[in-house]
Amino acid sequence: MPIKDYIRERFFPHLWCSGCGHGIVLNALLRAIEALGINKSNIVMVSGIGCSSRISGYVDFHTMHTLHGRALSFATGIKMSRPELTLIVPMGDGDALAIGGNHFIHTARRNIDMTAIIMNNRTYGMTGGQYSPLSGFGTLATTAPYSNIDHDFDVVELAKAAGASFVARSTTYHVQQLTDILKAAIEHKGFSAVEVLSQCPEYFGRKNKMGTPADMLEHYKENTTTIGSKKKQENPNLLERGIFVQKQIPEYCSEYDKIIEKAKKAVEGKTE
Amino acid sequence: MKKNLKFIQGNEACVEGALYAGLDFFAGYPITPSTEIAEMLSIRLPQMGGKFLQMEDEIASMCAIIGASLTGHKVMTATSGPGFSLKQEALGYAIMTEIPCVIVNVQRGGPSTGNPTHVSQGDVNQSRWGTHGDHAIIVLTASNHPDVFAITVEAFNMAETYRTPVILLFDEVIGHMRERLVIPQKGEIPLVQRLKTEVKRDVDYHPYLPREDGRLPMSDFGGIHRYNVTGLFHDMWGFPTDNPQVVHGLLRHLVDKINNNVHQIARWKEYFLEDAATILISYGSSARSSLHLVKERRARGEQLGLIELQTLWPFPYGMIRQKCENARTIVVVEMNMGQITHEVKLAVHDPGKVFLANRIDGELITPDDIKKIIRLIQGKGV
Repeated sequence: MPIKDYIRERFFPHLWCSGCGHGIVLNALLRAIEALGINKSNIVMVSGIGCSSRISGYVDFHTMHTLHGRALSFATGIKMSRPELTLIVPMGDGDALAIGGNHFIHTARRNIDMTAIIMNNRTYGMTGGQYSPLSGFGTLATTAPYSNIDHDFDVVELAKAAGASFVARSTTYHVQQLTDILKAAIEHKGFSAVEVLSQCPEYFGRKNKMGTPADMLEHYKENTTTIGSKKKQENPNLLERGIFVQKQIPEYCSEYDKIIEKAKKAVEGKTE
Repeated sequence: MKKNLKFIQGNEACVEGALYAGLDFFAGYPITPSTEIAEMLSIRLPQMGGKFLQMEDEIASMCAIIGASLTGHKVMTATSGPGFSLKQEALGYAIMTEIPCVIVNVQRGGPSTGNPTHVSQGDVNQSRWGTHGDHAIIVLTASNHPDVFAITVEAFNMAETYRTPVILLFDEVIGHMRERLVIPQKGEIPLVQRLKTEVKRDVDYHPYLPREDGRLPMSDFGGIHRYNVTGLFHDMWGFPTDNPQVVHGLLRHLVDKINNNVHQIARWKEYFLEDAATILISYGSSARSSLHLVKERRARGEQLGLIELQTLWPFPYGMIRQKCENARTIVVVEMNMGQITHEVKLAVHDPGKVFLANRIDGELITPDDIKKIIRLIQGKGV
């Protein structure tokens, strides 16, 4: 199916600012889905609130635009009801990890089959550039005019610790790698967490003097490297990209089917 | 046929009613005094192929049932005060997106963590106005186990009819008290199934275009129609809009579909109203004490009557006005500081004849308590 058949063309041009990375994430996601050949009627996209979450309006899947931080919980209800559907949950960094941080770790822990995409632009863009949990110490934001004293955390490490069975990271510069990672994440049976570094030139970039959108992409190129590369050994400050975790552990919906079997047997045992 | 007779807690009666109504998806979080509902459903639902989820908090459980309902399931969650507060955000989402669901609040004392193992009826107004923005809501209650069963079935029926959340506002005494319940046979209480669209696959489908009667025939999410759902004001396709006409129309629809049907939604019971000079108005466990007193005083020839409310919201103002027209005194018996009393005063012609008889100390109000308060109102001293 051509890419354009996966989108709701009448809603374009999209609302993202020029130079925003989110359109690149949408592009990579659609190419991944196209490569996997998934019927668009078998895909459910659930999103929360924020710039990233508006992605659900542009795709011609079953789409649900929910509450700030709660997308994974709504998605859990849908997936448990219709396990045969492919669930994709795009979120922003504030959405997924501040207001939705609890839902994120627990959905990862359950290992329910869905793909969480954390579009990390290190800011709350929709509300005008306040600091997010991933802005980082020493950055500037509209609510950190004197410098941010909040420390950030590593999404990959968090997802690993929470028990996600697929954990990966890429950037909007490395769009080929991102597409491949998203393909693997969607195919993976279990909870997949994919962090995508996605530039916000309008707020984070402007406040922190990161230059043009192209400069910010260049920054991703210069400051990241593939997992375990020689470059990483030479410069430990580089952020690694790639698939960190990919393991098969019991998936929640499948395990619940076994619970149903057990419960039904218990009833039969009683009535016999 | 053999009677299905049980001697159970009110929380269990609620579970039986929910399963009778067709509940097949529950998500919740442990909280006193509602936990038995979750415990029982964790046993019963998988036995029938249904799903039970214990989520990380009350917020997530509310969101999960909304997601499940949208795909076509009958869903419920159960909680108490603090958890009910957490559910308010997603409750508003279910109102806005017209997703049927049933929320049980077995009330305990508040505010805050309050009095977890004791009775209260302090969440009446929270159940009406807990979530932000203009909206309408259906809130039901009951005072004994056969009624808990029946009103739970009604809650599911109304949720499906009006595509709205329905709140079952029980209290700790009702939830934990053990009483006899004969479970009705299949078919004895009619069940409302979800209205489905007749629009075929690949035909332009408008999920948010109500019929003339206000009902919304929706396609199960994830099925043959792809559409969008959002908590933002939305057009008939379900896409966000701030067009003033559409915003106005949607808000009116959400409120009118419930408030214009007060006569259909109102449930109450009445005792000895014909010649009652004093009418008690009560609901939930305080209605048990009220009924006890009314029967006792009637035996002594006192002209005492009782209206037991089962629908708290939308409040049946017209019914109360009419029934109370000839009463000299109206005494609202409730275990809060006058939340329904306020509505009764709004309903009647002479608010001066409306009095509150209450307890707010975590103990059940007794018939004797009510008797003493009535004597005070009548100027007779205790």
